[in-house]
Amino acid sequence: MSERAHLAVVGAGPAGLAGALAAAARGVRVTLVDAAEQAGGQFYRQPARALGARRPEALHHQWRTWERLRDGIDRHLTAGRVTHLTGHHVWCVQREPDSFTVHALRGPAQEEGVTVRADAVLLATGGYERVLPFPGWTLPGVVTAGGAQAMLKGGLVLPGRTVVVAGTGPLLLPVATGLAAAGARVAALVESAGPGALLRRAPALAAEPGKLAEGAWYAGRLLRHGVRTLSRHTVVEAHGTDRLEAVTVAALARDGRTRPGSARRIPCDTLAVGHGMLPHTDLAETLGCTLTGTAVRVDEEQRTDVPGVWAAGESTGIGGAALALAEGHIAGRSIAARLYGAVPDPRSWAAAARARARQRAFFAALDPVYAPPAGWADRITDDTVVCRCEEVTAGQVRTAAGPLGAGDLRTVKLLTRAGMGWCQGRVCAPAVAGLTGCPLTPGRRPFARPVPLGVLAELPDA
Amino acid sequence: MVGAACAWYAARAGLDVRVVDRGPVAGGTTGAGEGNLLVSDKEPGPELDLALLSARLWAQLGDELGTAFEYEPKGGLVVAATPDALTALHAFADGQRSAGVVADPVRADQLPSLEPHLATGQAGGVFYPQDAQVMPALAAAHLLRASGARLHTGRTVTGVLRTADGTVAGVRTDRGDLHAPAVVNAAGTWGGDLAALAGVRLPVLPRRGFVLVTEPLPRTVRHKVYAADYVADVASDSAALRTSPVVEGTAAGPVLIGASRERVGFDRSLSLAAVRALAAGAIGLFPFLERVRALRTYAGFRPYLPDHLPAIGPDPRAPGLFHACGHEGAGIGLAVGTGQLIAQRLTGKTPELDLTPFRPERFESCEEHETSGDSEDFKDHDTDGGDTP
Ligand SMILES: Cc1cc2nc3c(=O)[nH]c(=O)nc-3n(C[C@H](O)[C@H](O)[C@H](O)COP(=O)(O)OP(=O)(O)OC[C@H]3O[C@@H](n4cnc5c(N)ncnc54)[C@H](O)[C@@H]3O)c2cc1C
Ligand SMILES: Cc1cc2nc3c(=O)[nH]c(=O)nc-3n(C[C@H](O)[C@H](O)[C@H](O)COP(=O)(O)OP(=O)(O)OC[C@H]3O[C@@H](n4cnc5c(N)ncnc54)[C@H](O)[C@@H]3O)c2cc1C
Repeated sequence: MSERAHLAVVGAGPAGLAGALAAAARGVRVTLVDAAEQAGGQFYRQPARALGARRPEALHHQWRTWERLRDGIDRHLTAGRVTHLTGHHVWCVQREPDSFTVHALRGPAQEEGVTVRADAVLLATGGYERVLPFPGWTLPGVVTAGGAQAMLKGGLVLPGRTVVVAGTGPLLLPVATGLAAAGARVAALVESAGPGALLRRAPALAAEPGKLAEGAWYAGRLLRHGVRTLSRHTVVEAHGTDRLEAVTVAALARDGRTRPGSARRIPCDTLAVGHGMLPHTDLAETLGCTLTGTAVRVDEEQRTDVPGVWAAGESTGIGGAALALAEGHIAGRSIAARLYGAVPDPRSWAAAARARARQRAFFAALDPVYAPPAGWADRITDDTVVCRCEEVTAGQVRTAAGPLGAGDLRTVKLLTRAGMGWCQGRVCAPAVAGLTGCPLTPGRRPFARPVPLGVLAELPDA
Repeated sequence: MVGAACAWYAARAGLDVRVVDRGPVAGGTTGAGEGNLLVSDKEPGPELDLALLSARLWAQLGDELGTAFEYEPKGGLVVAATPDALTALHAFADGQRSAGVVADPVRADQLPSLEPHLATGQAGGVFYPQDAQVMPALAAAHLLRASGARLHTGRTVTGVLRTADGTVAGVRTDRGDLHAPAVVNAAGTWGGDLAALAGVRLPVLPRRGFVLVTEPLPRTVRHKVYAADYVADVASDSAALRTSPVVEGTAAGPVLIGASRERVGFDRSLSLAAVRALAAGAIGLFPFLERVRALRTYAGFRPYLPDHLPAIGPDPRAPGLFHACGHEGAGIGLAVGTGQLIAQRLTGKTPELDLTPFRPERFESCEEHETSGDSEDFKDHDTDGGDTP
């Protein structure tokens, strides 16, 4: 090879950065492509800074990791071994006989086409939030948990706002803590999982003491801010005429139904909801990578089953920043070896492999705890809009699956338009799956982003 | 779609009908194509006759089942960019007119009133008021429901039951046998496999097509619009019409652009060359589309037979077996005519159209040449509209 082997990394979150660093340190030329304006991904984009002037102890370790990563990348950037394309939205990665073309959009309106050629690709596109509908969820004032985090970052959370944080999953704790620390009044943290479920998983969870300490730290902060935690509770309805005014929450029985008489109203002007995360897999699917469930399938070296394509971080399964770092590191080392025709020695990344195993076990134990409560779909009234892009109601979805004979998500989409709009079903697919009893299958989305026809028409020859 | 139409007309003719599909409703090519009901792209011949019959039936269904499947008799506009192309288009339209097609010439200066956003500088066009459109998946689902036929989805046909004398007596499925004196093969692109289960050969092959779907727009494209490009084949001194992709607005807002044509087997992987050709063709007609975004693209596999005509009617090689498949790029449009003809045959009536050109056994004598790879077509990223080759 006359020129140095070239790796394209899509996504500059923990996984992508760790992969880029590991590969660049071993002589690979790297181009990092990311939609955001800054490196860091979901996690480091929301630094501990947002939680107050003093850096919280529990995050200190990860903050140092971030600084090390950033400094390492900076050195390679200066040396020209790594190029970072910020504000580049990748809409497709195309496989050619012995290379790859990464197709991206840039510019203020993502209107300009850019292509990057590479010998190998690392997909580190992370995940996105799952939000399940309930009556009133489309009211202004209802935001996603991640959206609330973004409001924090933009300084948009005004002290005096009354917020309810609701849903399920480990993200709710940091979100509630962050909001409280920024001066919002957090009226309640409503978590559908019960504390007992967590205890039953104690052995697996105890294997990851750092995580538990982190959780305990957040819980302590919540107490200090006087935030009430309602576990095994759910939001059954959001109220308001023009915007959110209150929510009704109710206690959940073991079978997932709400306990009669337990409903109560909590006045609030903001509701931050989240029901966990789902992996971004569009680019991988179009490349032909096999998925397991809703995540990209990888081997011990983080290779997908398409030669030349690696994946790391939350695109291969939801598991937090530490797991993303470990997977990215392993991927970067494997790529560096394989691009130069060598077989990598897994012993050289033994520490990262151990961290990966621990984190995966931890999240595998958490997963069932934070599953949406049984019966959530039954609480969606027929007139509730499920697909916001196309304004399709739960009633229409139920009709498609019943009398009209749709047996899978794709047919429900064809018959109702649920999932055909701007977000291409990223938001509504889990809800439609729940309503119809169809399995949540990843929707084929050849374009990971909407592409101007002018860009398509002027694509270079393959 | 074809199975749904057969069920509808057979049930209306008084037959007891069961519909078996291994997938959901509209899970095959019907859910992966477009709903152009075109007469404009067909030259005089048996396919055009079937298209004209179907156009009449679709209009009746549109009245009967209302707006359930977005039937829109909006008409098609074929435009010619050059005087040569216009001359060819007019000659083509003359032939169609004598076969019963309504084809109104449109002068260049009249084009903007029909399509205000059309690229300027066209030589002229022809307007076809009989062209219409439906939403195929909705059409199939609603026809099936309205037919009253019993629907067995998620059930795979694994064999065709035959009596000692060879007469077809029903189908074997992965969930039990279904007995019936008549079996209609409406398995589309998989129709050849189904025929094989009955021991007969029907060389149905897949032809891939991509469609581009844009973000929702206010009504900017009013009709089905496509370009007719005159392609002179100097060597053979023959002329053929080539069409660019059909651009059409939909009731729901998005503009559909389709479809490409490639023979690549059942390969679903994205072909950027195909979508590039679609985008370029559409922008050529409507320059404003350059800045409009494509939200998605999808591919389907048209069922085609070597002579590009469907197989419709009884199979003398397997008494009791009827075929209704192989409609290539026009199976939505031609479905209702096909259903009507099949129902007429099933009930012993004389079909409205002569079924001879559609005889399923017509490939008995020909070689397997088509199955071995179509090299001349293999790489073309030709686009076409109503999909007649
Ligand atoms: C609100 C919130 C709070 C969290 N709190 C914690 C916590 O306290 N502890 C913890 O361990 N984890 C936490 N997490 C999870 C943590 O953020 C993730 O585990 C981690 O960021 C995953 O890293 P990643 O590299 O896989 O993906 P990400 O960090 O998501 O990075 C993916 C990157 O890919 C880019 N990208 C995606 N698709 C494209 C495309 N098509 N074109 C171009 N770029 C693209 C994105 O812009 C992004 O920068 C939190 C997450 C959220 C949302
Ligand atoms: C991109 C594209 C654009 C198109 N545009 C148009 C257009 O604008 N206008 C138009 O008229 N046509 C168009 N077509 C063509 C049209 O979609 C097809 O001709 C039509 O859908 C064929 O319908 P069908 O009912 O024969 O087949 P299908 O819809 O494929 O139905 C066949 C069914 O048989 C089932 N099946 C197969 N084998 C078995 C088995 N062993 N047991 C049980 N079930 C079985 C399958 O599951 C399937 O549901 C287009 C096609 C494509 C790909």
